[in-house]
Amino acid sequence: MIGLEHYLTVSAALFVVGIFGLFLNRKNIIILLMSLELILLAVNINFVAFSSYSGDLVGQIFTLFVLTVAAAEAAIGLAILVCFFRNRGTIEVEDVNVMKG
Amino acid sequence: MSGDFDVIRPETYLALYGILALLAGVFTIKDRATPILLWLTALVMALMAWWIGARSGTDVAFAGSFVDDGFSRFAKVLILGAAAVVLLLSQDYLTRQNTLRFEYPILITFCALGMMIMVSAGDLLTLYMGLELQALSAYVLTSIRRDSVRSTEAGLKFFVLGALSSGLLLYGASLTYGYAGSIDFAGILAATADGFSLGLLFGLVFVMSGIAFKISAAPFHMWTPDVYEGAPTPVTAFLATGSKVAAIGLLARVVHDAYGMVAGDWQQIVAFLSLVSMFLGSIAAIGQTNIKRLMAYSSISHMGFALMGLASADAFGVQAMLIYMAIYVAMNLGTFAFILSMERNGQPVTDIRMLNMYSRREPLRALALLVLMFSMAGVPPMIGFFAKFYVLRAAYEGGLTWLALAGMVASAISAFFYLRIVYFMYFGEEREVLDRRMTGVNWTVLMVSAAVMLLGVVNLFGIEPLAAAAAATLVN
Repeated sequence: MIGLEHYLTVSAALFVVGIFGLFLNRKNIIILLMSLELILLAVNINFVAFSSYSGDLVGQIFTLFVLTVAAAEAAIGLAILVCFFRNRGTIEVEDVNVMKG
Repeated sequence: MSGDFDVIRPETYLALYGILALLAGVFTIKDRATPILLWLTALVMALMAWWIGARSGTDVAFAGSFVDDGFSRFAKVLILGAAAVVLLLSQDYLTRQNTLRFEYPILITFCALGMMIMVSAGDLLTLYMGLELQALSAYVLTSIRRDSVRSTEAGLKFFVLGALSSGLLLYGASLTYGYAGSIDFAGILAATADGFSLGLLFGLVFVMSGIAFKISAAPFHMWTPDVYEGAPTPVTAFLATGSKVAAIGLLARVVHDAYGMVAGDWQQIVAFLSLVSMFLGSIAAIGQTNIKRLMAYSSISHMGFALMGLASADAFGVQAMLIYMAIYVAMNLGTFAFILSMERNGQPVTDIRMLNMYSRREPLRALALLVLMFSMAGVPPMIGFFAKFYVLRAAYEGGLTWLALAGMVASAISAFFYLRIVYFMYFGEEREVLDRRMTGVNWTVLMVSAAVMLLGVVNLFGIEPLAAAAAATLVN
């Protein structure tokens, strides 16, 4: 029987993979965007699992909002990335270094 | 139901204005009429601030997801005022940078709308939607100079770290929803009335670290200097004023409305954020020569002080925080009015060594900047001193004597880099020179802001009872 804790474990694992993907990745900015999506997916799994477990619909509605905003966020992120690529000619993470920090 | 729409009328009108302006911009005027749109938007925002300030009472709309009370109105007036002044300041700078697109005032409108929704949030969903509306507009604003490497790089960094912070906040929200069984702040408050489960504690920590990113409190501050440096200066001014007010207002609302029963738990987190921000901001600013980076560290340190007021977890603390934020916005707008006019051979410069012996050529402007810097450092009798005095007193009376003492030390350290700017202006050696040019709007904002710093000593322009009334609606 798959219970709530299994879903929470999967989502926590996805969340941690997303966070590590953000901080350990030294190659490509697209991978950063993928890691961000993983984090949001982890959140969605949490919401749906809790919602179904407690029989409360609010969690699923929240998931729909998160999905929509994630789409808008990815669109804006890619747009900024395209502008950056035009100026800099590269999307390596190591090349995002005109300003120190 | 119609009552609900009455409550959100200011937000509805601002959203409609933004959408109509966008349609008009796309289909007719394009970039030619941007200056008119800029002034019109500033006018709309000023009127809106006046209207919101005149409303009264506490109203809750949509079954508790939107709250219109004294606290949110205080923050909204600050946000709209800051947005209007920033819009007026930006015209000349953006025209000369060839960046004055018609999207700019519209994006500022949507950004301000998101901020207004943030400070009025009554559940986690409204909080998230407001935060994202604000953040997505801010990413685009930061990279609006799309032919500049710095601007787009700043936008990219802001986007990645901002999206990460939203992810952290959402993960916290999902845990809170699961363990409290509700996304309403009232529901969370009821669920935490008799103790705290581990899941809720994790939720609280994630939510707070997500918001700490937005207020650039250390140790979540790493995006701030780069974004402040890379963004066009008017956008930096907006990020340093409006979005800070909104984010700290949101934090105050979440900790008091949703976690008011477990003040002991979040108090430690806020006190820690406050301590680290004050010291990191003050110490890291010492080595900066770029004035925009310097203002970034300065704002980190100021946020530490504002959080100190919040850390005392009572109504007086919130009042002190609101007074601090109001004074902080007034100081920053004046300083950015000056930074926007720092030019050499028609090109904007940001190196503080350019200010060498500025007092000899422009004594009045140098004096105004001196007053602002003294006020930021908290030297009496400028009102920056009273801002610090209120938060220190709040921390002391809230039983956080150690934090108040640390605040005094941090304030003394931060005085160093503010006074260094004054030193350059009055005692530096004559070298390169800034252009004398400064537009009337910038000059007025600079002078008014400096005058406010001096004249406010009489009664702080009556802001104290207003902040007290606003704080009383949040904490009860």
